Amino acid sequence: MVKREWIYAWALLLPAFVFLITFTHLPAVQTLINSLYTTPKGRRAAMFTGLGNYQQMLSDPVFLKAMVNSGIYALVTILASILLALAMALLVHRSFRGVGLMRMSFFTPTVLPLIAVANIWLFFYAPGFGLIDQIRVFFGLASANYAGQPDTALYAVAAVTIWKEAGFFMIFFLAALQTVPETLREAAAIEGCSRWTFFRRVTLPLIMPTTLFVSVNAVINAFRLVDHVFVMTKGGPDNASMLLLYYIFETGFRYWDTAYAGALTMVLIAILAAVGIGQFFLADKRVHYR
Amino acid sequence: MMQDTALDRILMRSGGALLALLWFVPLAYAIWAAFHPAAFEARFDLTAPLTLGNFSAAWQQAPFARYFLNTFLLVAMILAAQLVLCTLAAFAFARLSFPGKSILFALILLQLLVMPDILLVENYKTMRALGLVDSILAIGLPYFASGFAIFLLRQTFMTIPKELDEAARIEGCSLLGVLWRVYVPLGKPAMLAFGLVSVSHHWNNFLWPLIITNSVETRPLTVGLSIFATTDSGTSWAVINAATLMTAAPLLLGFLLFQRQFVQSFMRAGIK
Repeated sequence: MVKREWIYAWALLLPAFVFLITFTHLPAVQTLINSLYTTPKGRRAAMFTGLGNYQQMLSDPVFLKAMVNSGIYALVTILASILLALAMALLVHRSFRGVGLMRMSFFTPTVLPLIAVANIWLFFYAPGFGLIDQIRVFFGLASANYAGQPDTALYAVAAVTIWKEAGFFMIFFLAALQTVPETLREAAAIEGCSRWTFFRRVTLPLIMPTTLFVSVNAVINAFRLVDHVFVMTKGGPDNASMLLLYYIFETGFRYWDTAYAGALTMVLIAILAAVGIGQFFLADKRVHYR
Repeated sequence: MMQDTALDRILMRSGGALLALLWFVPLAYAIWAAFHPAAFEARFDLTAPLTLGNFSAAWQQAPFARYFLNTFLLVAMILAAQLVLCTLAAFAFARLSFPGKSILFALILLQLLVMPDILLVENYKTMRALGLVDSILAIGLPYFASGFAIFLLRQTFMTIPKELDEAARIEGCSLLGVLWRVYVPLGKPAMLAFGLVSVSHHWNNFLWPLIITNSVETRPLTVGLSIFATTDSGTSWAVINAATLMTAAPLLLGFLLFQRQFVQSFMRAGIK
């Protein structure tokens, strides 16, 4: 028998689910299906190729380059932004004069549009008159174009991500540091424990769940944040800063190879799913569901 | 209490100040360039004259007024739709029991992982089929049902005492009446927090709007700015920096005025 409560519940859910299914679940399934076909061209309809698109990836140098780059980019941005975020939190978690300004300085990049941030940094990097180049010239070094050289472009892009993210992650560490009990600190002081030992043996283990949570976010962002690539490097020079999501965009909307773009999207979904599953099994949920 | 020696304190604070200063440099550099004539864009001279000329130049060289309007319409539309759709769904998940509840909730949580932002190709095809390509509605549609908002509001609604709910029903309130009179008022702080995050996220969103729009009438600020900044028409850095600051200004001002709320909302949004 269908209860009245059920009808109400389904009716309340219906509008949200219409949008959710139309723009998230169906497209995800459709992406998977289309990735098994060829891209229809003119009169030639899409043909089933099985794993053909996935095989093509293995011999696609741009894809392999994008994967390696995404890996380096993820590693660099995750490590640097987490270490910096923790350092920032430790520096500003006590209150003293000027601490508000410091926190503001760290957090402000978080609210700026990534595309605007990219413009600011491009100017910062600009060869000849950008601040970094001015400093180089001041010290007698040759002018350099960080965003335009193959060996530095990826790191120039990564630096922007780190700048934008560290302050965001800082607020989670700040919240975590507030939960370290003052009694532990007192006990440690009586034991004559050094500041470093206290940090390593007490603070660090206590904020471990936060570190894990921040890491998961950092991994996801490493694959999602590509806006600045559009302004700064366009994946170049010579694919030196090509990232997976940017390559999906190029394949899908510059070359209109939608089937191959679908297969690339499946790789991205697989990575994100692996991160999500990893978090599910690793995370101590009690800490976050207060 | 571990005693901080004076040296410790000085080291920590000067370290903090140095890092904070370093963090501020890129923004400060952009502000310098935007408020000075182009001749001083990379020359630091305290006597350099201040000017708003770069801002008016940017405003005239590209239809920023229209871009502002588009972005404003976009974020308002998305937030309104999200609040209505997600409040209804969150209420069902928090207070009603029905078959399929856990499967449906799992489907909601799935969106936290596979966001519409990465399903570009298929969503573009859907918009083309609906005849919506190059419309503000098309930029917003994929974000109307936000898994995150449903999750956040459900958590909030579950903390509201059931007695309030029952009392209202005894008074003769209908189900929607209870939602409107009890849950919505008590859920306001959560909605406000979500609102701040949603507005800043969609104000800053770039990739999907870039794909789905191709005219001045629909383009949001981020896309407009990227086009303005990459045209090789010899636009000076000073003007580009002015346009950049202009684009970020509303959020930046909001953040400076409501720092605490921003930080707390972003934190809530992060802790899913």
